[in-house]
Amino acid sequence: MKTRVQGSGFRFQGWLRVALAPLLALWLAAGAVASAIEPYEFESELQRQRFKALAEELRCTVCQNQSLADSDAPLAQDLRDEVFRMLQGNRSDQEIRNFMVERYGNYVLYRPPVAAHTLLLWGGPIVLLIIGLVAAVIVIRKRRSAL
Amino acid sequence: MIRMLIPLGVFLALLALLIAGLQTSENRKLVQSPLIGKPMPDFSLPGLYDPESTTSRADLLGEPFILNVWGSWCWACRVEHPFVERLGNEAPIALVGFNWKDEREDALAWIDQFGDAWDRHLVDFEGKVAIDLGVYGAPETFLVDHEGVIRHKHIGPIDANVFQDLMRRAMELKAEAES
Repeated sequence: MKTRVQGSGFRFQGWLRVALAPLLALWLAAGAVASAIEPYEFESELQRQRFKALAEELRCTVCQNQSLADSDAPLAQDLRDEVFRMLQGNRSDQEIRNFMVERYGNYVLYRPPVAAHTLLLWGGPIVLLIIGLVAAVIVIRKRRSAL
Repeated sequence: MIRMLIPLGVFLALLALLIAGLQTSENRKLVQSPLIGKPMPDFSLPGLYDPESTTSRADLLGEPFILNVWGSWCWACRVEHPFVERLGNEAPIALVGFNWKDEREDALAWIDQFGDAWDRHLVDFEGKVAIDLGVYGAPETFLVDHEGVIRHKHIGPIDANVFQDLMRRAMELKAEAES
């Protein structure tokens, strides 16, 4: 019984390896291609990461459920170029976010700032959690006293 | 009995919220420009027929104008074109065309085919000035007053209602400039 289980485990691993090897190769190749067509020459790994983070948290206004990083829209390309130029110009992340907000409003931020009109957005989940906890406590107490 | 009604009440409230959400969903796609009430950013752009000439913000100041963002690649610009032509003919203020991310030959061919509705042309091939203006799709139509302040922005094609609204606002800006 024991050996049979182990045997099937090994067979599974063998199958997995055969299936995953080409996938892994493909993934490595895709990575190489992606970096080959990367149009930006970053000064450092840090700059590359900052670019990536900014492009992922800025919303593309043309295709509104995509970030700048995801979108193929020409405007998203222009805005990525703009972000890159500003990074090259030693502008801070906050300055770059402000640049976008000044032109397109808070809407471009996937994480809008906490303000009067966003209180429900930020506070809502906490309020709901508190309501849920209070309701749970009430129900539990009632059931206990009923026992 | 009352206890049984609570889930129903919650359900109905949720339903009402979702229906209200559905009805405003189209409007929520329109991003309100933070530039309304602010001075139009500085720029210097070439013309369409005369690529050598440039127009800057200062050249447009003094009189209010309508700025209409279009491109030959923009399908909705064809849809709104009859109303853009009417704006060019009937509005009491200048109608400036802002050719966005286009090719000069394509833009000229488009105008040959559909007609030149604008009093003046600006060409932003790179799209850098468009970013400063917060343009995110064509067509878009701005109203700028005589002091160079952006007063209104319409996103999307101009239809009969929008045309009336733009005409009314253009007349207000004209009156304001004259007083």
